[in-house]
Amino acid sequence: MIMKLAIAGLLATTVMAAVPAQAETLRLLTWGSYAPDELVKKFEAKYPDITVEVTFSNNEEMIAKLRATGGAGFDLAQPSHDRIFAVQQEYNIYKPMDLSKINTSAMQAKLLEGVKANTTIDGEVYAVPHQWGTSGLMANKTMAPDIKAWGDLCDPQYKGKTSMRLKRTILLGMAFDMGEDPFAAYADLDKYQSILDKVADKLISCKDNLKAYWKGGDDLSAMMMSGEIVASETWDSTAYKLYGENKDIVFVPPKTGALAWIDTFAIPRKGEADDAAYKWINFVLEPENVKIMSASTGAIAAVEGGKDLLPDDKKAAVNAAFTDEDINNLKFFANIPAGVEDMEGKTLEKIKAATGSE
Amino acid sequence: MMQKDIKRLSLILLFAPFALWIVLLIILPHVGMLFISLREKVAPRVYEFGFSNYVNFFTEPIYWNTLLRTGSMSLLVTVLALLLGFPIAYYIAKIAGNRTRGALFLMCLIPLWVSDLIRAFGWILLLRETGVISSSLQWAGLIDAPIEFLYNDATVIMGLVYTVILFMIVPLVSTLDGMDNAMIEAGYNLGGNGPTVLRRIIIPYAMPGIVSGCIVVFMLTAGSYLTPILLGGKNSSWFTEQIYDQFITRYNWESGAAFGFVLLAFTSLVIWIGLKLSGQTLNSTVARS
Repeated sequence: MIMKLAIAGLLATTVMAAVPAQAETLRLLTWGSYAPDELVKKFEAKYPDITVEVTFSNNEEMIAKLRATGGAGFDLAQPSHDRIFAVQQEYNIYKPMDLSKINTSAMQAKLLEGVKANTTIDGEVYAVPHQWGTSGLMANKTMAPDIKAWGDLCDPQYKGKTSMRLKRTILLGMAFDMGEDPFAAYADLDKYQSILDKVADKLISCKDNLKAYWKGGDDLSAMMMSGEIVASETWDSTAYKLYGENKDIVFVPPKTGALAWIDTFAIPRKGEADDAAYKWINFVLEPENVKIMSASTGAIAAVEGGKDLLPDDKKAAVNAAFTDEDINNLKFFANIPAGVEDMEGKTLEKIKAATGSE
Repeated sequence: MMQKDIKRLSLILLFAPFALWIVLLIILPHVGMLFISLREKVAPRVYEFGFSNYVNFFTEPIYWNTLLRTGSMSLLVTVLALLLGFPIAYYIAKIAGNRTRGALFLMCLIPLWVSDLIRAFGWILLLRETGVISSSLQWAGLIDAPIEFLYNDATVIMGLVYTVILFMIVPLVSTLDGMDNAMIEAGYNLGGNGPTVLRRIIIPYAMPGIVSGCIVVFMLTAGSYLTPILLGGKNSSWFTEQIYDQFITRYNWESGAAFGFVLLAFTSLVIWIGLKLSGQTLNSTVARS
């Protein structure tokens, strides 16, 4: 009897789940601050039959989450443009996008073409751009006026006063600083390994010069604001936020070029609310919504005139940081081919495990 | 007949949550992990059966060095937690009055109401270069320049001891509580002094509590993630961080799963050695306290 009841109960719940409910849910997997409350409320007011559920994450965790379920559990994800191609080939977690449902004319043509070129597999496009930003350096002008290049973080005059995040960005930055082109070397992994080895030696000898490796925007901000460090590798948005509080702290595009990323929209393979997802994409590309979004993220939207849609304080920070020349010098992250994550991961482990003289 | 059926049914119903828990949440995931750890990636979406993930662990010194480091630091944390926890437990169980006992126990419990993460941030606020301790020392004139207390191994160990000490105190209190005060008095009456009584009566009696406390503390420490990551410095790698990196940043679930099993085997081995050395068995310790 109990067994029967249990089975009946199970059946009832499965049947209920199978019948599409009236109200649709858009499960959004994105970066912290990429779905400000104000915007979510506005969207739900415009489309009363859609409720938005937001999960905050980062590139690696987004992919791990989608990989664990084969692309189920979320309806829209926002990985960076270099995290689509190899991941899709290897784990098949995204579905092709229907560009006819997206207002692509609102997007900045160059960025759209760039992302399309990066994420097309067998003629299908897997992502469109949303916002872009850079990784570079941040320095307190009064205390560290000479920070101009990635390698300056290892300058002994700032001993114990610099920081970086021990992730792939610093590997790439340091490689450019040493006169290499790591993105070109992606095609020849042996060459790339030799670059990584050189970079590892450099970063190991640099270890003594650092105060600590930062792990997230919050501890980086705390170290920088308190003056415990005077310069660091950083995301531009973190630097812009600090500029708002202390005009001496500026973003410095390294002389070899800041590394640029584009966060995209991609639809998970087993997403269940594609229409709602397309609605969200088009919604956040509308100019007045771009303003709300950029105020929250500090990144520049991939729409025509995106920079002008930044709130005034952020615009001031961008103008203080970038000249037109710096913009032309941007190095966009190249697609990560399969196997490179492993090589980079090993290098990072080697650097972390190497004991300095501490 | 009816009676017997009901009895049987209630037995099954009582047993079911336990069986479901063990099978669904412990055995099945581990079987899955074991399966993944024995896969070798040969090409995108192509896998072969093999042991290379385990071989990789032993051929790469960085990995087993980190494991040994994690193991030895966890042992140190266990010893420190025992040295600090024993007097506290003894005071609570034997010396404190009935009313203060509850209050003291509660005070030990309170830090546990806040999550690990918040407690780690608490330590960060206290210990950083511009933090509370450094600036109050400067204010008091004891030091001239700010001192960085954060980002080194000593901080990690202190943070871990603070996080796990409760799990040492609880089994110790419950074992010591069961000890008849007459035994201690008898020890003194027969001419023993403080250290002799402690060594020959109290510690042997408390042994099951000590061992079970040590097992729990060691396991929790070796498997902890947040505290070593947040408080640790440039050189402090922790093995769980290695596992996280394999799974998340390197997309390498195969070797991450293998590392998980290596950690499980390593901690089990350490505990087995500990039990052998102390002459206890799992039954006499964990099951009793």
